[in-house]
Formats: sequence, structure tokens, C-alpha cells
Amino acid sequence: MLPSLSSYKGPWNEDAVKHLLRRTMFGAKRGDINLFLNLGLSRSVLKLLEDAEALPNPPLKEYTPTNAAIPDTNILAGKTWVNDPSNDGTILSLRRASFKKWWMGTLVMQGASLREKMTLFWHNHFSTEADEVRNSQFIYKHFNMLRTNALGNVKTLVKEICTDPAMLVYLNGQSNTKGAPDENFSREIQELFVIGKGVGANYTESDVKEAARLFTGWRNNSTQINSYFDNARHDTGNKQFSSFYKNKLITGRNNSTAGIDEINDFINMLFDTNEAALFLCRKLYIWFVYYNITPEVESAIIVPMAKILRDNNYNVKPALSALFSSEHFYDEMNRGCQIKSPVDLIVGMVREFEISFSSLDNYTVNYGLWNQLVSYCNFLQQNIGDPPDVSGWKAYYQVPSYYEYWLNSDTLPKRLQYSTNILSNGYTFSGFKMIVDVLSYSRKLKSPGDPNKLIEEVSLHLLGLPISAQHRDQLKKDILLSGQSEDYYWSGAWDTYIASPSNDTNTKYVKNAITSLIRYFLELPEYQLN
Amino acid sequence: MSRRNFLKSSIPAGFMIPSSINGIGLRAYDAGHQFLNNLLLPGGENDRVLVIVQLNGGNDGLNTVIPVEYFSKYVNARKNIYIEEAKSLKLSGVSKIGLHPSMTGLQQLYNDGKLHIVQSVGYPQPNFSHFRATDIWMGASDSNQVLNTGWIGRYLDEIFPGFPSEYPNATMSDPLAIQIGSVTSLALQGPTQPMGLSISNPASFYNFVNNIADPAPKTNAGKELSYIRELSRQTQKYGEVIKVANSKVSTQNVYPTSNNLADQLKIVARLIKGGLKTKIYMVNFGGFDTHSSQTNSGDSSSGKHATLLSTVSSAIKAFQDDLGFLGIEDRVMGMTFSEFGRRILGNNSLGTDHGSAAPLFIFGKSVQSGVTGTTPLIPDNLTVNDNLPYQYDFRSVYATLLSNWLCVNSTVLNQVMLKDFQQLPLTKPGTCSVVTNINSQQNPDSDQRQLIHLYPNPFHRTLTIEFNTSGGHTLLQVIDGSGKLLNTIFDREYSPGKFRVDFNGGHLPAGVYYVRFQNQVFQQVKSVLKV
Repeated sequence: MLPSLSSYKGPWNEDAVKHLLRRTMFGAKRGDINLFLNLGLSRSVLKLLEDAEALPNPPLKEYTPTNAAIPDTNILAGKTWVNDPSNDGTILSLRRASFKKWWMGTLVMQGASLREKMTLFWHNHFSTEADEVRNSQFIYKHFNMLRTNALGNVKTLVKEICTDPAMLVYLNGQSNTKGAPDENFSREIQELFVIGKGVGANYTESDVKEAARLFTGWRNNSTQINSYFDNARHDTGNKQFSSFYKNKLITGRNNSTAGIDEINDFINMLFDTNEAALFLCRKLYIWFVYYNITPEVESAIIVPMAKILRDNNYNVKPALSALFSSEHFYDEMNRGCQIKSPVDLIVGMVREFEISFSSLDNYTVNYGLWNQLVSYCNFLQQNIGDPPDVSGWKAYYQVPSYYEYWLNSDTLPKRLQYSTNILSNGYTFSGFKMIVDVLSYSRKLKSPGDPNKLIEEVSLHLLGLPISAQHRDQLKKDILLSGQSEDYYWSGAWDTYIASPSNDTNTKYVKNAITSLIRYFLELPEYQLN
Repeated sequence: MSRRNFLKSSIPAGFMIPSSINGIGLRAYDAGHQFLNNLLLPGGENDRVLVIVQLNGGNDGLNTVIPVEYFSKYVNARKNIYIEEAKSLKLSGVSKIGLHPSMTGLQQLYNDGKLHIVQSVGYPQPNFSHFRATDIWMGASDSNQVLNTGWIGRYLDEIFPGFPSEYPNATMSDPLAIQIGSVTSLALQGPTQPMGLSISNPASFYNFVNNIADPAPKTNAGKELSYIRELSRQTQKYGEVIKVANSKVSTQNVYPTSNNLADQLKIVARLIKGGLKTKIYMVNFGGFDTHSSQTNSGDSSSGKHATLLSTVSSAIKAFQDDLGFLGIEDRVMGMTFSEFGRRILGNNSLGTDHGSAAPLFIFGKSVQSGVTGTTPLIPDNLTVNDNLPYQYDFRSVYATLLSNWLCVNSTVLNQVMLKDFQQLPLTKPGTCSVVTNINSQQNPDSDQRQLIHLYPNPFHRTLTIEFNTSGGHTLLQVIDGSGKLLNTIFDREYSPGKFRVDFNGGHLPAGVYYVRFQNQVFQQVKSVLKV
């Protein structure tokens, strides 16, 4: 089917819903699938894009600052540290870890909203590394800003980025002065953040240098946890840009608002180009659909999406809404074609199987469990908060393989080890075990007593691509029927389990059979597809 | 899928999760049973192995190989963090340079004739971004050229055509290359897919289920599904081979403990001894981005960089000793590299910022011991933007190792390296068909030859360059103080003799410039001041 942004008219069935949810959140909970199935397409997209979801509460002090030179005893255990301007290296390190655990918590507990996936998108887009920023308060502030603006106005977001304390550290903005201009940020805002490297991106080295002058004078105040403009460090001269920017001259200012006034001019100039919207829409496409932007996709999807973005003064929702409602998004060609990122895999599993954590007040245990998930994502090469560099993760920009960079002969076995381990053995922290409860999962299925329907439903839920009827039939015989051919072997066992779960022998049989079935699916290459 | 296979795979087998999730990862590529394949391989007719040690972050060359020859200028550049001359480690027969005091292992390798130092390795138009510079080194590209393949990937694709679909096979049952670490490096990327395998632990082996494979649909998902299936197949096949090789070696020589690089190299030695015919191994060690606290204050011979170099040096020394112990020293050669060196001038945080050219090490029993290149010139009146000009293109090192160690022929070499690069005297004569006639450059102390003469110095408008070529390929370049190539005056064949050219530098800003001359294997860089 030729790519088109026109509205999807196909069936609004479980497969379509699952596709939408897995791309816009992490994994699809069965409850969410039912909810969105009832909503229909247009209300589903509206729901994903609405702002109703409250922002998560900030991270808590769950660490013990034993080795700190200046321990943060002023912050009580269980209270948030985000407003406490500690500069102690040990404390900052504990807080960076605390931040990541907390972030994992917000990911696994996300509501039915696009916001978390978009926050991660912006993190990948405006990449910063926590280990380089170091100041945990700046880091929290940065992510709070990304999350607040995740579904908002792109120009506003970029403006915030220009004076964001973490970004001022990461790309040296805080040491960019009129005496010693630093081009790091002024290069990346054009090359990686707004204009890109497409064929139409013809800004020049001189534009980088002029922009560096424009951004001079911004500094951080770690006590107040904010940035400020120091006019004495600002280059007050005019900034002349190239013909790519229509030879725009930005008047140099010499007053206390010079910094922000010139940034406003600069951002307006950047977003006046056609390239800005095209570039962002390509990145969104790679994030939400597929990495291969064919000439047909460019002209039928990217160009019209970019127009919607511009026509709506860079509010991101209308363009996303058009994409998620389009024929193209639901085209068979594009279903199941993403290779799951480590976060898709690990957070997705928690949500698909509704793995439970401890009660909310038991935050030390929960942070400990979330930390294990953070560590495993890192182990699989996606360290949230610390992408490899300012370009973000290779899976979203590195030709020729894109998503395939997530998987190699080292990470694929590790993924399988992780999935089978959390299925069968679980991970324990402080006596609490994080594990898939296969029986509880099965009880939520529509017809778990019917081996055919059970396999069909589980495979549809878990796999990125459907498997054949013959394949399902083989699994039924081999796993659920223990080599027998009559369906009632399974139905009988299931009914017995429901009637008398305390019948240990039978319950164990049912549990082992379902565990085997799920394990089989988790090991299929189709499970790596999203 | 047979029922037996199915049951074996579907019953939870109590998979263990590694106790340390920050353990090492390994990756593997494919080489093979050369004895059957000798006449078929256009360059693999040997059992040679190349080990590549990547030092991530940009290693500070000036504090690794200390420029004793220009010591006062070096002290001036590195006020708080210079290494005292008395502490630098002496190399036998060499007085112009010394090694960082923590590198006793490499000092001993040098004195045993198993280490070669190449000075000021870089490329024209250096890039100062970690990721871009890394891609340039991995791809062996020009600075402004974006390649989607790596130099190792292209090499393996040339000598093992048809990978991966026809592999493993009877003539090549082993991975072509193995990378320790979980990331897929661009160096190993072939024309269509990575040419190697990554693995963390050669003893751990994930038994992939023998699944039913429904036909892959003709959609984007079908493409990705086929990729994952092929990856599973290779991981399964090569995982078995690696596990067997790993289990064959019961005793190894002693390696330092708590040394991540040593842990990786120990696995490499084990797999080579265990019989893998794998041609290339890649290992990684990071932390070289020493913007701050590179040295301790008060004692510049200790601190972050000292620990890093000590780790590298002791790991390589232990590896070399182990190769000897295992009786496989003749088969292995190694090289280090980092994406760039660091700025000449130290910064205000006891550190150094991103720079350009830097030395690298070649190690192994078949190495021609010595130093290639002269001690890097450090200008007076340094500014923060000053960088070392490169003396040797990093691709010359690659090309030399490919042709003089792995013995690839010139046709393949050109396919892999994409153009012709100067060969350097890195390996012992006779290793393949080695470049000879190079001894005069082996020891910087004995290098008295005047290849170029620049005058007037300082110059204002016209600089006259006299050069002495022994004929053949001759190249003359002008490089600015930031290490950037300004002009290639000529790059062509010459007949032997003494010649003179004028370079018009009237338009250039005042400052330090370098003239780089290259004639076959000979090399000279001289500085000149423009006023």
C-alpha cells in the first residue's frame, strides 16, 4: 500500500490496538488493550495525547550516605532530595543512581499516555549524560523539563534546552564566554537538535561560530539549582547568519535580557526554515514507525507531517495525532518491524505480565527492584540517563543497521537469559521477589481453558508477528497436551485448577505447561519485534 | 521441530544470571580451517592473528610517551601535570623519549624487542568529537567521509566471500573475528552486516531453541525477523565452537587481577590457544577522557591517567608473557589505538582537552622493535588551540599490518583501505614480503637525515621548502597549528634527487605551521613560524 497520512479505515481489533500501544508506551497491558479496543481509533489517539496524567512525584532519598564527606542529613529518608543543593561527590553519585531508579519506577507505572515514551524520545534527541553532568539536581530538573514539555510545543522545549543547567554543563555552555567562545552547543543545536544533517541542511561553519557568540554569557548556580545570564560575559556584537538562514542579522544586545532575547531571535530563525520540521518528523518516524525513510515515505508522510507541525506553530500533538491515525501507521508493512529497545523489552515485560512490586510506602524495596531493571537495561546497552554520546543511541541514527544495533551475539543471548529468568526464577531484593506470575496472567485471558484460544491469545499478545496455525497446533500438542491429541486433556487440567487450586499436582502441571509455553514465546525471534 | 528438541528447550533449565552485570562481553567474527583453504584465500594463507586494543576516550599521548628531547617546552605546556624526566622510563638505546613511569611492562617489552612505538599517528583535518573520531578510526575513512563499513569488516569480506550465508563451513568453522564487549563496533561492520561475533564469557553458552520458523513475511518485520534468525543461528553455531576452544586450555600464565583489560586479553589468549582460527580480536578499555584530575596534584606520576596506563601496560605485558607460555607467540601481533590524543596545553583542572595526533603501540614477537617518527615538536608561545600535527596516517598502520602481518595482497589491500597508504617498518623483515630499507628510521636518536629544509624561518609571505627524495612516492603537506591540513603541495611519483618548491603563505594568519614530508617509508615534520 502506498504510504499515506489519510485516516486508517481498517479493523480496530486487538492486533491494531496492540500495535498502537506497544509503539506509544512500553508493552501493552491486557487491561489497556481492552480499554483502547472500546475507545475506537480516534478516541484512543486522543487519550494517548491528553495531558490528564499528573506528573510523577519527585525521587526520594532511599540511599544511605555512609561514605559522603558532607552527608545530606538535612534531608530525611523518604523525602525528596531534588531541591537540596548538595555538591558532595558521593551524594551526587547516590542521587544520580536514585534518579535512574525513580525513572524506572515511572516507566513501569506509566499511565495510559504517550508521555513516557515521548520523554525517552526527547532524551534520545537532546542527549545528555548524567555521568558527565554529575549534578543530580540539574539532572532531575532537566528531565522534569523534558517530561513537562514532552507533548507540548517544540519551540518552547528547544528554548528551555538552551538555558537548561544540565545542558549548559554537558555541552560546555557555561564556559562559553565572549573571550573564549565554545562552539559545542551552537554546533549541536543545529546539527543534532533542530536542523539536522539532511540534504537541505545547509547551515555553515560560520553559522556555528555566530551562534556560539550568541549563546555566550550563560552560567549555572548550583546553590539555587538554576542558570542565569551574565551580561558581562556576553558578546554584545551583531550576529550575521548565512543565506541558509536568509542572511538573518541578529542584533547584539547589551542588557540583562540580552541572552534570552537573542535566543528567542535565534530559535525563531531556526524554526523559520523548512528543515527544522522535516528533521524532527524524520526522527519521530524512526522512533515510532521504522527506520527506512524511502522517497515515498519522505513525500507522503514526512513532508505532510512537517506541514502540520509548522501550521500548528510547532505544537507536536497534531502531527503525532495524524501519524497515529494514519493508514500508513497501521499498514501491515509497518507492524512488528521495530526491534525492541532494551527499555521496550524490560519495561514491556513488567507491564505485559503485570509483574508486581512492593507497596508504595516500601520505597527502599521498590527502588532496589527498579535498580535491577535499570542495571539490566544498561547490561543490554541502554543506560537510561547515560546514552553513549550526544547523538543518542545508535539504533536511532546509525546507518545502515539502525534498530539492529541493539542485537548482537552478546546481547541477544543476554535478552533471552533475562526473559527466561524473570519468568522462572525472578529477581530478589531485600526478600521481595520480582517474577512473572503465570497463573495470574492466564486467569486474565478470555478462554484459558481452551488450549487453542489460549495459545492464540498469548501469542497475539506477546509476539510482534503472528505465528502460523500449524505452529500453534504443534505447540498445543507438545506443551499443553503433553503429546496427546485431545483438547480435553488441557481443559480438564485447567478446570481442575480453577475448582481446586490447592490440588498441588494438578496446579503444578498447569503452571509448568503455561511457563513452558510462555518461555517458548519469549525465546522466539518474534518476541524481539515490536 | 522434533518433540525431543522441543521438550529439551521448553522446560526451564534454571538459567543463571551472571552475578556481576558489569562483567565483560565478547563478540565473534569468522575465520576458518586454513589448511584446506590456503590456495583460496587472497591473503589469509597463514595462522596469524591481530589483536586490536581500543583505548576509549582519547589517550593523552604526550604523557604516555614523554618528549624528553623537548623537555623544557613540554614542561611549559604541561605546567601542573608534566611527568618528571627522572621518573620517565628509559628505553634501551633511546634518549629522546621515555615512557610514563607506570608503564614498566611496556618498557620491558620494548627492551625485549617486542614493542614498536609509532609517534604522532593521526590524519588530516582531525575531528575532536569522540563519536565522529571513533567512526573515522573504525571506518578508516577520510575525516569528512562517512563510511557505513569498517576496515576490519571490509578485510574479512574480501577474504571470506559469501559471509554469512555460507558460514560456518568446512573450510571456515570459526568466527571471523571476536570482539570482547557488548557493543557492535563499526570496525567490524561488513557491507551488509557485522562480520563478527560478540561474547561476554566464552564459557557461558545460551542454547537457542530449535524453533519452528514460519516463513518470514515480505514486510519490514520480515526483514528484521530474518536478521534475528540469522543472528541466532550464528550465535548458536559459533557459541559452541567458542565454548569448545575455551575448554581446551587448562593453564595460563599469571595475569594481574582487578584489571578489566587483562581479563579480556586472557580470554583472547585462551581462545587462540584453544584452536580458533579467528583472525581478529578486539578488546576495549575506557576512561581516557581525562579533562580533569588526570594526575594527582603534587605528584603528577600518580592519579587517574597513571592508573589507566598501568592497567594497559601490565595487561599487555601479561598477555605477551602468556602467549609465550602457551607457545603461540609467533602467531599474534597487537596494536593499541585511541580516537585522538589530547591538547598540547594542559587545562586549569589538572587535565587535558581533546586533541589530535598521538603515539600508538604495536606489540608482539614479530614486531620490529623501535620507534617510528620523531619526537613531536612542541611550539613556544602555546595557545589553547594548538595541536600536534600528525606524522603518520593511522591508515598507514592498518595497511602495514594487513599487508605485512596478515599478508593480504595489494589488490585486497586497496579494496579494504580504499586508497594507497604508505607502509611503515612495523614487522620483522620476512614476515610476509616486508618493507625493507627502513632501519635508519627505527631509532629516533640515529635519525640524522635532513629530508626537508625550510627557509626563511620565520617567514612572512613565501616559504621555500627544499626536500630530498630517494624517488618514488613523495608527498608534501602544510599543516596549521591546530593540527589541521591546509594544503597538499604535491602527492606523486618523483625521481630521486634534491628539489625545491615555494609555498605562498601570505594569506595565512601569523603563528606556528608544520611542513610534513613523506617519501615512501620516510617521514619528516618540521615547524616554521609565520610572522
